[in-house]
Amino acid sequence: MNVASLTIDQVRAGLRAKEFTATELAQAALDFAAAENAKTNAYLHFSAERALSAAAEVDAALGRGEDPGPLAGVPIAVKDVILVKDVRNTCASRLLEKFVAPYDATAVQRLEAAGGVIIGKANCDEFAMGSSNENSAFGPVRNPVALDRVPGGSSGGSAAVVAQGTAVVSLGSDTGGSIRQPASFCGVVGVTPTYGRVSRYGLVAFASSLDHIGPFARNVRDAATLLQSIAGRDPADSTSAFAPVADYSGAMTGDIRSMRLGLPKEYFAGLESETGGLVEKGIAALRRLGAEVREVSLPNTEYAISCYYVICTAEASSNLARYDGVRYTSRAAGANSLAGMYRETRGEGFGAECKRRIMLGTYVLSHGYYDAYYIKAQKVRTLIARDFANAFKEVDALITPVSPFPAFKLGEKLDDPMQMYLSDIYTITGDIAGIPCMSVPCGATHDGLPVGMQILTNHFEEAAMFRIAEAFERNGGIAAA
Amino acid sequence: MSVSPALREKYEAVIGLEVHVQLATRTKIFCACPTGFGAQPNTNVCPVCLGMPGALPVLNKRVVEMAVQAATALNCTVREESIFARKNYFYPDLPKGYQISQYDKPVAEHGFIDIVLPSGDHKRIGVTRAHLEDDAGKSIHDGFRDSDKYTYVDLNRTGTPLIEIVSEPDLRSADEAYAYLTELKLLMQYCDVSTCDMEKGHLRCDANVSVRLRGAPQFGTKAEVKNLNSFRFLKQAIDYEIDRQIELIEGGGRVIQETRLYNPDSGETVSMRSKEAAHDYRYFPEPDLLPLRIGTAWMSEIRGGMPELHPVKRARFITDYGLREYDADVLIQTREMSAYFEEAARVGGDGRTAANWVMGDLAGALKADSKEITESPVSAARLGELIKLIGSGAISGKLAKDIFAKMWTSEDSPEAIMDREGLRQISDTSAIEKILDEVLAANPKQVEQYKGGKTAVAGFLVGQVMKASRGQANPGMVQEMLKAKLS
Ligand SMILES: [Zn+2]
Repeated sequence: MNVASLTIDQVRAGLRAKEFTATELAQAALDFAAAENAKTNAYLHFSAERALSAAAEVDAALGRGEDPGPLAGVPIAVKDVILVKDVRNTCASRLLEKFVAPYDATAVQRLEAAGGVIIGKANCDEFAMGSSNENSAFGPVRNPVALDRVPGGSSGGSAAVVAQGTAVVSLGSDTGGSIRQPASFCGVVGVTPTYGRVSRYGLVAFASSLDHIGPFARNVRDAATLLQSIAGRDPADSTSAFAPVADYSGAMTGDIRSMRLGLPKEYFAGLESETGGLVEKGIAALRRLGAEVREVSLPNTEYAISCYYVICTAEASSNLARYDGVRYTSRAAGANSLAGMYRETRGEGFGAECKRRIMLGTYVLSHGYYDAYYIKAQKVRTLIARDFANAFKEVDALITPVSPFPAFKLGEKLDDPMQMYLSDIYTITGDIAGIPCMSVPCGATHDGLPVGMQILTNHFEEAAMFRIAEAFERNGGIAAA
Repeated sequence: MSVSPALREKYEAVIGLEVHVQLATRTKIFCACPTGFGAQPNTNVCPVCLGMPGALPVLNKRVVEMAVQAATALNCTVREESIFARKNYFYPDLPKGYQISQYDKPVAEHGFIDIVLPSGDHKRIGVTRAHLEDDAGKSIHDGFRDSDKYTYVDLNRTGTPLIEIVSEPDLRSADEAYAYLTELKLLMQYCDVSTCDMEKGHLRCDANVSVRLRGAPQFGTKAEVKNLNSFRFLKQAIDYEIDRQIELIEGGGRVIQETRLYNPDSGETVSMRSKEAAHDYRYFPEPDLLPLRIGTAWMSEIRGGMPELHPVKRARFITDYGLREYDADVLIQTREMSAYFEEAARVGGDGRTAANWVMGDLAGALKADSKEITESPVSAARLGELIKLIGSGAISGKLAKDIFAKMWTSEDSPEAIMDREGLRQISDTSAIEKILDEVLAANPKQVEQYKGGKTAVAGFLVGQVMKASRGQANPGMVQEMLKAKLS
C-alpha cells in the first residue's frame, strides 16, 4: 500500500479486498507521518493509541461482516484546535502546552462514528490566528511542495499533511480563510461549509460568529465524503443549523452545463499576474464544460478586511479571556498578586499575533468606541452578506481566486501584519457572509507553486459547489481549458 | 453617624434597587449540571460551566419559562426578541472570563411593583428591566491550611440561572426599599420561580442611593451600595448611606460616584472603587447563542401556567373564607403558609378556625421547635381533621389543644388520639345531667346564691362540672342544662 496517495475509495477497496487491515493502515500512516514530520513539522503530536483502537474497531466490525461506515479505516489528521478526548490539545500555544482534551468535539465523534482513524493533531497558527502557520508556538510548518515556503494558515498543518500524504484527509478550521488559503498554497482541496453546517462544539473558539470546521482532501469527492460525515444539526451548538444535509455524492454528476457562474469584478483587480492567469484558465475550463459565465459585482468587498478585523478581534478578545492561569493553562511563576498572575501568565503565554488581536478587540469593544467600530462593522457585515444574496439571485456560484499570490517564503511577511492580512482578502468575505466556499487546485506557477480557485455558493448549497469543483477536477482542471 | 430629623427633612433620598434572584431550576442555565446546594466543591460541573475550550452554551428552556412568569408577576412587557450579551471581566471564579448576561435587549422591561407603606398608603415602584444571566462560582479566601497564600475556587454555582430585576429610582426611604424588596420576594415566591432564600444567596440586593435637597429637580450623585444580604442590612445600610451623604454635603463636601460595601459589623458603608476605576465590561452580543424569541403561543402557554399571586390570594381569602384583612395579610406572608392554611381550611371546612390555628397554636409550636412550616410534624390535612372534630362538636377547643400537642409528637390522626386517650367530648344529655346533679348536690350554697339572683355563680358551677368530667363535658350543653335546672 502507498499511504501517500490513497483516496477514501481506495481505502475502502483495500480493506474489502483484505489487501491490508485498518490496523496495518493506521500503523503505516503513523510511521510515515512520524518520518515525514521532521521535514514539515506538520503534526504537533500523534494519537497512536486512539488511532490503533479505532482501527481495531473497524477491523472487528469488518470481521463481523458489518459496514464500519463511509470513513472506515481512513487515516485522518485533526487541527490542534479541535478537541479529541484524552489527546493533548495545544492550539499551538504555550498556554495550553500540557492541556489534555476532556471531551470530544462533535465533529470528532461523528468522524469516528463513521469509521475514521485519527492519527494525530495538526500544527496551526496559535489559536488559529495567522495566514502562514508561522505563529505556532511550536515552530512553523513547511510547505511540502516547497520546503522553504509557508503552507498558509492558520490550518497550515492540516493542509500540509494531506499534501504530503501522511493523512488521507484532515479537519481544519476557517475563520477568515484559514482552510482555503492553505489548501491553495499546498495544492489540495479545502472546504469551508455554511456557517452552522458543522457543529462548533469542541472547536476552540477564535471568533465564534466566523469559526467553521471543514475538510481537507486530495480530491473533491473525499472532501465531500468527510463533510457528509460530520455535517448536520447538533443540539450542543445553538448556532448549528436544522437544515437537512444534502446528498453530496449524488450531486457530483460531472455535468455543469447551464450552471450560471459569476465573476465578481472586485476580486480580479490587483491580482498577481501568474495567479490571475491560472484562475482565468480555470474559468475558461469551466466555460468549456458548459457553464455560463458572467461578471457580477460585490460592491462592498473593499470594506471586508476592516469589517473582519473588527469583528474577529472583538470576539477573540473575549474568547481568549479564559486562558488566564487559573485552571488548565500554564501559570507564570512568581506573581504576587491576582492581576500580576494574569498579566504574567498571559504575557508569557500568548504569542505576538494573539496579543495584537486581544488588544485590538479590547479596544473596539471599549466604552466610547463600541458604536464606531463594532456596531459599524456589524452593519458592514450585513451589507457584504446582502451583496452575496443579490449575486445569488443571478448566478448559482461565484468563481474567484483564493489568494492574491501563491505560497510565500518563510519569514517573508512576518514583519508586516497588513501584508499578511491581505493574503486573506478573497477568502474573508465568505466567512463574513457565512456561505459555503472552497478551494480547488487550479494549476501551478512556473516555480511549481500551486494556485487555488475559489468556488462560493449560497447558504447550504454545498452540493452545487461540489458539483462544480468535481466536474472541474474530473476534466483535468485547467487542462480542460 | 446620625443626622437630626430636621436635617433629614431638608433632604430627600432617591433609591433604586438591583436585585438578583436565583431561579429554582433543576439544572443550570446553559448546561445540564444540577443546581443543588451543598455538593462537594467542583462536582456539579461539566466542560460548559467550567469554561473549557470549545464548550458552548445551550439555553435551558425552563429558565425562559420562569423568566416569563417572573416578568408577568412584575407587570413587565416581555420582549418578543431578547439578546444575550457577554459581560467581560477577569476573576478566578468566572471561568469563561465573561458572564453571559443581557444588555440592551433584556427579556423583560417596563414593569412595576405596588407596595404598601408603613403608613398604609400604596405606592407604585417602576421596574426598569429584568434580565437573565449566569452566576459566577465562589472564591473561598479562608478556612484552608494555606489560605494565607491561596484562594480556592468552587465552581458548583457557576452557571446557576439568575434574573436581575432593576427598579426605577422611585424609592424614597429605607422603609420603602424594605417594602419593595419584601413585595418582590413574595412575587417571586408565589410565581414559584425562586425560593428567595437570602441566607443561601438566592436573593441578593444592591442599592443605588443618592440624596438631593427636597424639591430639587435633579438627582444627586449616587453611590452603589453592595453586600446587602438581609432585609435588616438593607435598611441599615441605606439609612447609613443617606446620613453619610447628607453630612458630607452639609459639611461642604461632594458625593462621588462609587461602589461602596456595607459592613454589617460596623454598620457602615466603605468605599470599594470609584467610577474612574469602574469596570468597562465591553458588552457585546453573545455569538454562541441565537436571539431569544418567545412567540405568542408559547407566551400564553407559560402565562396560563402561572400560579395565583399573593395579592389575588389575599383578596380571595377575605371573600372566600371570611378572614379579617389582618389575618389574610399574615397568612400570605409566605407561599408555604398560605398553602398550608388553604389545605387545613379545605379539610376542616372552616376558614376562620383554620386561620386561628395556623397563626396561633401551629405558629407557636413551630417557633418553639425552630421549625419552618414545611417541616411541621402536623400536616395541613391533619390540622384540618382536628378542625373538623371541633366543628362537629366532638371535642371542645380546649381538648383540641391537648390533642394537637399529642399530634405534634406522633403521626396519629386526631380522631385516633381522641379515642385512645378517651378524650371524646361528652354530649350525651343523661351523662351530663348525672354529673350536673352531683355538682349541684355538693354545692348547695352556690345554688342558693344563684336562685337569689346572683347568676354570675353559674360560671363556678359549670367549672365544677367540667372538672368532674375531666374536661370532656360539652361546655355549651352544661351551661344550657344548668340554666334549665335552676330556673
Ligand atoms: Zn455544567
